[in-house]
Amino acid sequence: MKGRRLYLDGVSVVFDGFRALNNLALVVEPGEMRAVIGPNGAGKTTMMDVITGKTRPTSGIVTFGELDLTRMDEASIANLGIGRKFQKPTVFDALTVFENLELALKAPRGPVACLRWHLAGAGRTRIEEVTTEIGLTDRAHDLAGILSHGQKQWLEIGMMLMQDPDLMLVDEPVAGMTDAETEHTAKLLARIAGRHSVVVVEHDLDFVRALGCKVTVLHEGTLLSEGSIDHVQNDPRVVEVYLGR
Amino acid sequence: MSATTLDTPAPSRIRLGLRAVMGVVVVVLATFPLLNMLPQDSVFHVSDFLVSVSGKWICYAILALSLDLAWGYAGILSLGHGAFFALGGYAMGMHLMRLIGPRGVYGHPVLPDFMVFLGYQQLPWYWLGFDHFAFAMLMVLLVPGMLALVLGWLCFRSRITGVYLSIITQAMTYALMLAFFRNDMGFGGNNGFTDFKELLGMPLNTGAARASLFYASLVSLVGCYLFCLWMTGTKYGRVLTAIRDAENRVRFLGYDTTSHKLFAFVASAMMAGLAGALYVPQVGIINPGEFSPGNSIEAVIWVAVGGRGTLVGAVIGAFSVNGLKTWLTSAAPDLWLFVLGGLFVAVTLFLPKGLVGLLKGRAK
Ligand SMILES: Nc1ncnc2c1ncn2[C@@H]1O[C@H](COP(=O)(O)OP(=O)(O)O)[C@@H](O)[C@H]1O
Ligand SMILES: [Mg+2]
Repeated sequence: MKGRRLYLDGVSVVFDGFRALNNLALVVEPGEMRAVIGPNGAGKTTMMDVITGKTRPTSGIVTFGELDLTRMDEASIANLGIGRKFQKPTVFDALTVFENLELALKAPRGPVACLRWHLAGAGRTRIEEVTTEIGLTDRAHDLAGILSHGQKQWLEIGMMLMQDPDLMLVDEPVAGMTDAETEHTAKLLARIAGRHSVVVVEHDLDFVRALGCKVTVLHEGTLLSEGSIDHVQNDPRVVEVYLGR
Repeated sequence: MSATTLDTPAPSRIRLGLRAVMGVVVVVLATFPLLNMLPQDSVFHVSDFLVSVSGKWICYAILALSLDLAWGYAGILSLGHGAFFALGGYAMGMHLMRLIGPRGVYGHPVLPDFMVFLGYQQLPWYWLGFDHFAFAMLMVLLVPGMLALVLGWLCFRSRITGVYLSIITQAMTYALMLAFFRNDMGFGGNNGFTDFKELLGMPLNTGAARASLFYASLVSLVGCYLFCLWMTGTKYGRVLTAIRDAENRVRFLGYDTTSHKLFAFVASAMMAGLAGALYVPQVGIINPGEFSPGNSIEAVIWVAVGGRGTLVGAVIGAFSVNGLKTWLTSAAPDLWLFVLGGLFVAVTLFLPKGLVGLLKGRAK
């Protein structure tokens, strides 16, 4: 199995005295799929910010294989093979769907390489595959700015797939999607897992159940429970803070 | 799974239309020096004044293009692009000063008049080499380019953007203006350089020299336009647009946005330097006033009026605002600054995509 192990231990993030993450520990093995659930404000997005270099932890260890992610910037972390779908989809509105995907396609990232870039057969085929996968084939040459919210979600997922990362961090992928789309997304993620490690943050418990993977429950920035969906759903602490409300 | 083929669509009619506009502008300008040779009473005669003033506008259009690359595409709102223009102009001015040789008022074989006047015994080291045209041309590009590289590197890697970046660029041009005003800098103080005699063996006060400089500027404009058109049409151009709209998101795709912005900023500064170098022999003078912050702000207004983010818009903006300025400063000189300010406010409020946006709206 290629890929590296994601390891977080004792991670705390403090914003103006407020502990968004508090002594958090998490291990994701290569090729593993993991669901992370927890009430709003539990720190799920902040955890992804820490892994992708957007936020520096106040204390704690964050490594990917041997590499210390707390010392790297966003671009280097992305180039290591960590891709992210943001909770609030941000695509490039002034570019077409196709161009958004082309920008994300794994390729040399420097200015000169981009100037000399020519989209060859393999890259084009990959873009076509992903465009089909995310159901945007007939919107391929439309500007991303005119897509609906759900379509932007799909495009973001597509952009993450284009990067072909070893680890995918997927923040609330099915918000704003119909039931059919939600099901399609669950299947898509299940297909991806195995080749890549995937961490999915989601509120929708049916969706998490459909993923059929190990579940981590966060609460107030710390790990509350971990195990199968049935295990955590029956964990009294989880019932108290989250499911039982 | 069979994937459908997604062919790249042809450029839209609007884009082709804009390129056609650019072509017409260039062809019309190209006839000016020729029509200037017609007899004065011919209806097609183009006056000496119009030839010389439009030669200046062409240089402004190159400056506008360069600013549009930085601002319209990469989102770097430089309020100091006039400094790059002026540095290119000074580099050309130094070459022209060296070519005066012993023909100066004091008749010194090497030293320009202002140095003799200030009691210099020998040429400062940074003037060496400027007697060679090729070296001077290299400096026209390198000096603005190096300044942009250093300033850009410091700002972009510290993630200084938006208003703060604009203020820093404005401060840069202001600081350079103050520095160039000083006599001990060795650049002629507040008088700058003037009384140029020749360039490439060509006396400057002839019609042939004016026409040559005009065409050199026009060819440079076309060259810069094609360069920008190519650059913005590549994936690099799309990375710049993405950085302009959501720089952070681009970082998470693995792009080191600092190097991309730096590349565009340096290319842009070099283009501005070239514009300044073409400008100086046409107007016959360069002095620290070229660094004044107002000049850089005017350049931003040209681009805003024409339509930022479209190359043709920058060019149209430079010609139309400067045309208006030339007309107004003779018709009602006191009004110009108010009109300029009003124009900027009006464009920002009512025409956010500039004149080109108006054309695009029509086309739809
Ligand atoms: N940049 C920030 N500055 C201050 N507080 C923040 C910042 N980012 C997140 N927070 C706070 O941290 C907590 C956790 O947020 P978040 O990670 O977005 O939660 P979740 O994604 O689990 O809903 C929230 O209370 C949020 O208000
Ligand atoms: Mg969140």
